[in-house]
Amino acid sequence: MPRSVKKGPYIDYKLLAKIEKLNQSNQKKIIKTWSRSSTISPEFVGHTIAVHNGNKMLPIYISENMVGHKLGEFAPTRIFRGHPGTKAEKASKVK
Amino acid sequence: MARIAGIDLPKQKKAYIGLTYIFGIGITTAKNILTKAGVDENKKIADLTEAEVAEIRAVMTADYKVEGALRSEVQQNIKRLMDIGCYRGLRHRRGLPVRGQRTRTNSRTRKGKRKTVAGKKKAVK
Repeated sequence: MPRSVKKGPYIDYKLLAKIEKLNQSNQKKIIKTWSRSSTISPEFVGHTIAVHNGNKMLPIYISENMVGHKLGEFAPTRIFRGHPGTKAEKASKVK
Repeated sequence: MARIAGIDLPKQKKAYIGLTYIFGIGITTAKNILTKAGVDENKKIADLTEAEVAEIRAVMTADYKVEGALRSEVQQNIKRLMDIGCYRGLRHRRGLPVRGQRTRTNSRTRKGKRKTVAGKKKAVK
């Protein structure tokens, strides 16, 4: 079930405050965040946000098409290296 | 012979069923279109007059996206997901289920025919 429209999209307050600050001073800086559930709002466009994936912070450049998605959608939490015994896995182990 | 949106409608069927042969039109939409066009929905396709067909066509081009236009819109939406690199896009790229279904079993529609992986060794006692 989608979130109630009355409440508006969920965005982490601190994250939004940081973005607004950058927007006011016209700076571009990478902001680290753990808030994967935050919706991307139009203010985010053009910034690079480092989203935590449980292991690392993945830098994500926010483009216009991404508005309305959640930050977590762009930082995958699982790595699939292929099934055991298949060629793909052996190849990735060599690397 | 009624030809709407590049599709030949089956002659022997009722109008509201016949319209569902067009991609993007189900029974509900078909009934809505027919009421808007002022055509009896139970009339057979073969019995429709030219004027009625024209009316249906007019209603459809005005309000509904069907066939090629709809297909390309769907493709564009999928392409957008793939281009922005979000989770749903990645699933589309890999041809796996997009909406969080299990993949340990089933999901054969997305994954296609079973590909058996040989070489799994049996446990030795």
